[in-house]
Amino acid sequence: MNGTEPIIKVRDLVKKFGNFTANDRLSFNVYKGEIFGFLGANGAGKTTAMKILCGLSKPTSGEASVAGYDVYREPNKIKNCIGYMSQKFSLYEDLTVKENIRFFGGIYGMDRKKIKIKSQQLIDKLGLTDAADKLIADLPLGWRQKLAFSVALVHSPEIVFLDEPTSGVDPITRRQFWTLIYEAASQGITIFLTTHYMDEAEYCDRISIMVDGRIAALDTPKKLKEQFEAETMNEVFIRLARTGVNET
Amino acid sequence: MNNVQVENISKSYKKAGSSGNTPIDKIKKAKARQKGISLAADEIKALDNVSFQVDSGELFGFIGPDGAGKTSLFRILVSLLVPDEGKASVCGFDVVKDYKKIRNITGYMPGKFSLYQDLTVEENLTFFATIFGTTIQENYHLIKDIYSQIEAFKDRRAGALSGGMKQKLALSCAMIHKPEILFLDEPTTGVDAVSRKEFWEMLHKLKTAGITIIVSTPYMDEASLCDRVALIQGGSILKIGTPSQIIAGFEKPVFAIRSDNTHQLISDLEKYPECESVYPFGQYLHFIPKNVNILIDTLSDTIHESHPEAEVFQVKPDIEDCFINLMKEKK
Repeated sequence: MNGTEPIIKVRDLVKKFGNFTANDRLSFNVYKGEIFGFLGANGAGKTTAMKILCGLSKPTSGEASVAGYDVYREPNKIKNCIGYMSQKFSLYEDLTVKENIRFFGGIYGMDRKKIKIKSQQLIDKLGLTDAADKLIADLPLGWRQKLAFSVALVHSPEIVFLDEPTSGVDPITRRQFWTLIYEAASQGITIFLTTHYMDEAEYCDRISIMVDGRIAALDTPKKLKEQFEAETMNEVFIRLARTGVNET
Repeated sequence: MNNVQVENISKSYKKAGSSGNTPIDKIKKAKARQKGISLAADEIKALDNVSFQVDSGELFGFIGPDGAGKTSLFRILVSLLVPDEGKASVCGFDVVKDYKKIRNITGYMPGKFSLYQDLTVEENLTFFATIFGTTIQENYHLIKDIYSQIEAFKDRRAGALSGGMKQKLALSCAMIHKPEILFLDEPTTGVDAVSRKEFWEMLHKLKTAGITIIVSTPYMDEASLCDRVALIQGGSILKIGTPSQIIAGFEKPVFAIRSDNTHQLISDLEKYPECESVYPFGQYLHFIPKNVNILIDTLSDTIHESHPEAEVFQVKPDIEDCFINLMKEKK
């Protein structure tokens, strides 16, 4: 955690779909440069909340702001200052490495010159010089994930949302990926991420665990383990989520 | 008794985009030629000389990341894909010649949800039962434990089910024809830790009923729940054995280290001449020394020089340590 300045502020956020309450009075802050793990069982309401924070969906009630912008009134401003990456959708497979960087740079409103400089930096940094003109489809999965993360950061966003970024990735690449995350966080970029790997929960600065639309716990991994008298985050998760499972 | 026998199976695919003849592909190829980039080697080897056996009644796991070849292998074993080279048989039937028999005795749950989204839960199950010439009633006892958990929703469309319910319906449909062997391709991918635990409890129940189960997963921690596992990566099997055999085969000591400043600790340890490798492992770092006889006191003294508060102790290697080590050896 670099500062005490909240970059995401959420107060009593509620999102209902008909009679179903997907997010039930969520309140939390995320601070600048923090790696914030947003955990929960499938169907607990993580995606709903993430969509709201990315400016893609409006809450039913409550307050939320991201990088100082209100989620009701200024969703497009939010979209300009965030990056997003998920396991499912990250890069266009039938474009080359360079073309993908150019495409996403353009989408994020960067000018040609900037894109050119940034592309070169990125390619050098990831050691992709020989692969710059290769199709994404021909790259090993691990490289794709690392590139996808860098592309999500191409416009120097304040916050980056990572939705299960390491799902299905081999153990070595998974760790290299985390090195990139730490590096981004140390530069002051806030990381908001979901994962099903509980060892990765240990790498976060703070973690929230959602159960049935509510935040059931929020603290550092160390304090959560103390609070639940557990050895690992896996135990904490199972203890919390088990009580809340109403999904068959 | 061997239930599955696989000898030297290989399978290659054309790379995506390489066979394309659309105008864009042509421009791309012309451009690439101009730049002097070779587009040869347009094939990817999905499986490279894979051999193994699975015994009757075993719960056998393929553990490996995306792109390891798990799905290609499963599709070959359930007769949906023909290998380029090698031989494979399931319950004594050849996967190419006897494909019709194979389909009757195997249950297959693909990684991607493949049931009919606009049929109801019950309609899906009836459909699969009918295809195999049976009825839900006839084999209800086999799926009772699992299906009873979603039976209350039997009139709901499959597309409207939650992830956990879809998984249970897919497993019921894969079992309704009383298969001798089940192939479950990544049934727990993207599933939270609690639901994963429950799914494995279900598999252990099925195993006690005598069904052979072959399952694949990218989660290393699920290896310990299998009788035997094959660690698979890049189309080849890195190692086969019981989880404890694989761990016993890891001959280097593993030290768990924790300090207040993880990043500094990693870079300090990387510079340490005794360091073979160091990587984060949950709340600790795992440190593998070059010298297998290194004394823990020597190591902890060195670490305490710059990290006086650090905790250092020796741990049993984990399957994930073995996987990382095998991947490095392969490179």
